[in-house]
Amino acid sequence: MSFSKLTRRGLMKTGAAASAGLTLPTYLRADGHSGFTNAPTGSTVTLGFNVPQSGPYADEGADELRAYELAVEHLNGGGDGGLMNTFSSKALQGNGILGKKVEYVTGDTQTKSDAARASAKSMIEKDGAVMITGGSSSGVAVAVQALCQEAGVIFMAGLTHSNDTTGKDKRANGFRHFFNSYMSGAALAPVLANAYGTDRKAYHLTADYNWGYTTEEAVRSSTEAMGWETVNAVKTPLTQTDFSAYIAPVLQSGADTLVLNHYGGNMVNSLTNAVQFGLRDKQVNGKDFQIVVPLYSRLMAKGAGANVKGIFGSTNWHWSLTDEGSKAFVKSFGTKYGFPPSQAAHTCYVQALLYADAVERAGSFNPCAVVEALEDFEFDGMGNGPTLYRGADHQCFKDVLVVKGKENPESEFDLLEIVEVTPVEQVTYDPDHPQMAGGSLGTCNPGA
Amino acid sequence: MDAIILQILNGLDKGSAYALIALGLTLIFGTLGVVNFAHGALFMIGAFCAVTFSKFLTLSHTVIDENKTDFLGNPAKIEVPYIYDLFGQATGDAIIDWAVPLSLIVSIPVMVGIGFIMERGLIKHFYKRPHADQILVTFGLAIVLQEVIKYYYGANPIPTPAPDAFRGSFDFGAMMGFDPNTIIYPYWRLVYFAFAAVIIGAVFAFLQFTTFGMVVRAGMADRETVGLLGINIDKRFTIMFGIAAAVAGLAGVMYAPINSPNYHMGMDFLVLSFVVVVVGGMGSLPGAVLAGFLLGILESFASMAVVLELIPGINQVIIYLVAIIILLTRPRGLMGRKGVMEE
Amino acid sequence: MLGLNKKDFGLLIIVAILTMAAPFILNPFPEGSAMAQFNAGYPDLMQRLVIFGIFAIGFNILFGLTGYLSFGHAAFLGVGSYAAIWMMKLLTMNVIPAIVVSIVIAGLFALLVGWISLRRSGIYFSILTLAFAQMSYALAYSVLTPITGGETGLQPKYTDPRILDGALEAGQSPRANLFGLDMRASSELVMGNWVFTFNAGYYIAAIVMLIAFYMSIRIFRSPFGMMLRAVKSNQQRMNYTGLNSKPYTLAAFVISGMYAGLAGGLLVAMDTQVGAERMFWTASGEVVLMTILGGAGTLIGPVLGAGLIKYMENIVSKINKGVLEQWFAFMPDGIEDLLVTMIYPFVGKGWHLTLGIIFMLVVIFLPGGLVEGGQRIGRLFGRKKPSDSSPDGSKTPAE
Repeated sequence: MSFSKLTRRGLMKTGAAASAGLTLPTYLRADGHSGFTNAPTGSTVTLGFNVPQSGPYADEGADELRAYELAVEHLNGGGDGGLMNTFSSKALQGNGILGKKVEYVTGDTQTKSDAARASAKSMIEKDGAVMITGGSSSGVAVAVQALCQEAGVIFMAGLTHSNDTTGKDKRANGFRHFFNSYMSGAALAPVLANAYGTDRKAYHLTADYNWGYTTEEAVRSSTEAMGWETVNAVKTPLTQTDFSAYIAPVLQSGADTLVLNHYGGNMVNSLTNAVQFGLRDKQVNGKDFQIVVPLYSRLMAKGAGANVKGIFGSTNWHWSLTDEGSKAFVKSFGTKYGFPPSQAAHTCYVQALLYADAVERAGSFNPCAVVEALEDFEFDGMGNGPTLYRGADHQCFKDVLVVKGKENPESEFDLLEIVEVTPVEQVTYDPDHPQMAGGSLGTCNPGA
Repeated sequence: MDAIILQILNGLDKGSAYALIALGLTLIFGTLGVVNFAHGALFMIGAFCAVTFSKFLTLSHTVIDENKTDFLGNPAKIEVPYIYDLFGQATGDAIIDWAVPLSLIVSIPVMVGIGFIMERGLIKHFYKRPHADQILVTFGLAIVLQEVIKYYYGANPIPTPAPDAFRGSFDFGAMMGFDPNTIIYPYWRLVYFAFAAVIIGAVFAFLQFTTFGMVVRAGMADRETVGLLGINIDKRFTIMFGIAAAVAGLAGVMYAPINSPNYHMGMDFLVLSFVVVVVGGMGSLPGAVLAGFLLGILESFASMAVVLELIPGINQVIIYLVAIIILLTRPRGLMGRKGVMEE
Repeated sequence: MLGLNKKDFGLLIIVAILTMAAPFILNPFPEGSAMAQFNAGYPDLMQRLVIFGIFAIGFNILFGLTGYLSFGHAAFLGVGSYAAIWMMKLLTMNVIPAIVVSIVIAGLFALLVGWISLRRSGIYFSILTLAFAQMSYALAYSVLTPITGGETGLQPKYTDPRILDGALEAGQSPRANLFGLDMRASSELVMGNWVFTFNAGYYIAAIVMLIAFYMSIRIFRSPFGMMLRAVKSNQQRMNYTGLNSKPYTLAAFVISGMYAGLAGGLLVAMDTQVGAERMFWTASGEVVLMTILGGAGTLIGPVLGAGLIKYMENIVSKINKGVLEQWFAFMPDGIEDLLVTMIYPFVGKGWHLTLGIIFMLVVIFLPGGLVEGGQRIGRLFGRKKPSDSSPDGSKTPAE
């Protein structure tokens, strides 16, 4: 018996076609070359949507899934077409991808790298998915990206903000539309300096894992460049739920600004605790005490309630943007589901469309052709202004939003207001920037 | 000095949450001999009593306001709570503001009821089964309970603020002669500490000074003999289960403003509270309370920046490290009784 | 045969046949049919079924025989995994050194943890093991990031030194292999609408599982196993007779830690990645649940429990609303909607709920776990009363 990689779906389809319902004599095939993993041969193509459905990020995952379902509807020509109307590339026709109807499978990452890989593998091995996308944490993104590189399928990252995803852990088959820690720092620092002055003493609380480290480093280096001083940086365990022991000593340190490098549940709790301690009513060094949250998520900020008011942070996209793309997306998402989309939903929807468009332009589902089509691809009309998918690290470069918790929200979705749209030039960095160093894309892997 | 006082305050506050949960666990364990993995879920349900109650208070009907628009550009729908119609806006707002303390009243019967149902419907059948079976069935129950909550409330935390009167923090520093702002502590957390002290005191007084409590204590020590004396110990144990559930639930209600409740908060506390109970010594109520405060204070000290610089990562492991040291030096935890859960 | 009595040998043969034929048994539904959703015969899940089977078999040697309930076994699995991935990064992508080292390192770690934890018994022992596992997890996720990769875990990269292997071509991703046989290599057998996948990695894991299973039978039936059972039934009496039980329990602990390390090494061999979540207390709890669910103290039970939980996790979680609508599309609209609404909370993102309900049902109605269920069915068909290790208990690992 000879062993070699081959594609499952392709083989099945040829097998089914050949047998045409008749029972064929048993035969064993070890060769089904179509050039790449899971080449779609029938009239449909399967995409794999791997999002957290259990665990703390389940609501974010649910929103991602909604966005994917909407994207599939639009790709297949249903609905109002959404962003396909405003997208600068007009390759997509609304007849599926390359004329094949888009189908999808879903899985649960549980926000655990093991579970996410198991789920992605089942999509690739069992369902014949030709692209995997989604996720709500950098650990999962890096793990699944490495898997997709090995298996020879494309990975379009969902929400992942750590520098590592397109830094030290980048892979040729993986692409990220979401922004990253470095960009958050670079976008936030000038706005903070503007609002709070250049003479500030910052105290960092940092989630004790990779994303926390890269975010702290990014925010620290860009605020220190503006003249801020970092008084202290304390690491907090991921599993921490009560941050009182970390927040209580902040005032004693003489700091006048607290930076919370936390995300999700950690962010909600640490921010709630900080406000509970009355930090924002205090005066230190003759200045009002301030709190900063480098990465905002509207879905999560909702959990902190009124505590987010007036607090600065950055975000990838927000539904209150008024460009044509954002309006179109909010309209079609809002009409279908009754509430505005989150930034996670936006990035996932855009990723799905970008993939489909790249396949159309490349004329093939072959991952290497898709990689080529996406690398250094410039586009517009997707809600973030002119955007570049940089070939050197597969990271999107676009404007970054600096937002602030809204003082007088008009609805339950109206939590953040946009303070500034930081232009892309200001957040662009060299591919070999020290914060990104240590990785290498390698070359694309088509699998079979 | 001020830093140390601050961390002791913190430790007492953290410790009171641990102690309350551990107390309930030990009550169930000491009286019924059941390892209840669903105890964290009871704590979570308590917090969701507060959430549900404040949702109930803000039940609204929608009024269409033609002057405003929603995010799609349609006329905005404004939600008007029924309570405004009943009491007027000012009183209505005040009632909504006090939702969390008010929900205490609602949650006591709810939690006692849940406790009764759990004991009579499920736990009762597991008294004679191995501990492993008890763990599996209560763990299964915990998953079911939290998934049901997740189904109705979603996975995201739900903000449940304390009444306005308790927002902000109290400046101990100024009172004790330190610089202002060096030792501040939020009012609500002080309330929580006082509340925990009252509950703990009440449970102890109940067991110590009432006949009912005396019988239960006797039952904890020797269930068979008490039964032979013709006392219906089962009924009392059911009541104790209800009380334990109520203690966990009340701890949850009061905890809701400290951290926004979410469906897995029970699981977050579960492991920790077991460590507390075991460090305190199986079956010992004072041990559970003592261990709760001890671990709370040590955890607070371990999270100080100075300590972290000396030993990086100590805040991640301190509780477990202390548990190991205590269990190795004191075989049955701080105050454990011989022969309980040792086989 | 093989030093086993007839009944045990029969059980071993049945398990061997089932694992070897798993690609057929787990793929009972034709591709493209509505029921294909329930097919589990794809390499990744089959690998996981046997690997977690090994993990549970090892756990059962400790818990099923001695009654010591370890709540920190995932730590050994995690330590084994990290050892394996480092061998792959530094030495070679061949899986043999990785697996051997993972067993050794996990064994040493188990020796340390066991030596300390076994000073106490009962729940005090459980909490000690839990404490060690939680510390391992917390440190691996945070301060040990340079060694463990922290949140993002470790994967082999083509830039790793790998001193025994020749340099890879640029961009080639390193693949785990057994002397050149790629773990991910598969052959497919197409029969009409059925597709069966035979995966090299799966068969290697399955063979290892059979060896592990065989060794566990030998341990169960040996004087050493008897001694462990004596610890469970009455350790005090044993001590009074002048026997020191500690070396026996420690040996059982280390053996079961090595099984966990083996499982960790195999996980890395099949899927070259390690994340710290593997050591979280829920992972330790999972193996406890697998063992009790299947039937603690029985030979085949833990494997069944592992199969059931992994099957639920991987198959039920993938059933989404779209799939449900497809299933019931043939029904009238009203009934279709009703069925979808009724079933939807239990599948897809609600798979945890189903799992919790199954735990409760099994433990309430089948105190002996799935094995007891098998026995009851066996009795129902009027055959001789089967014993704990009877073939009737050994359904396919994933039904």
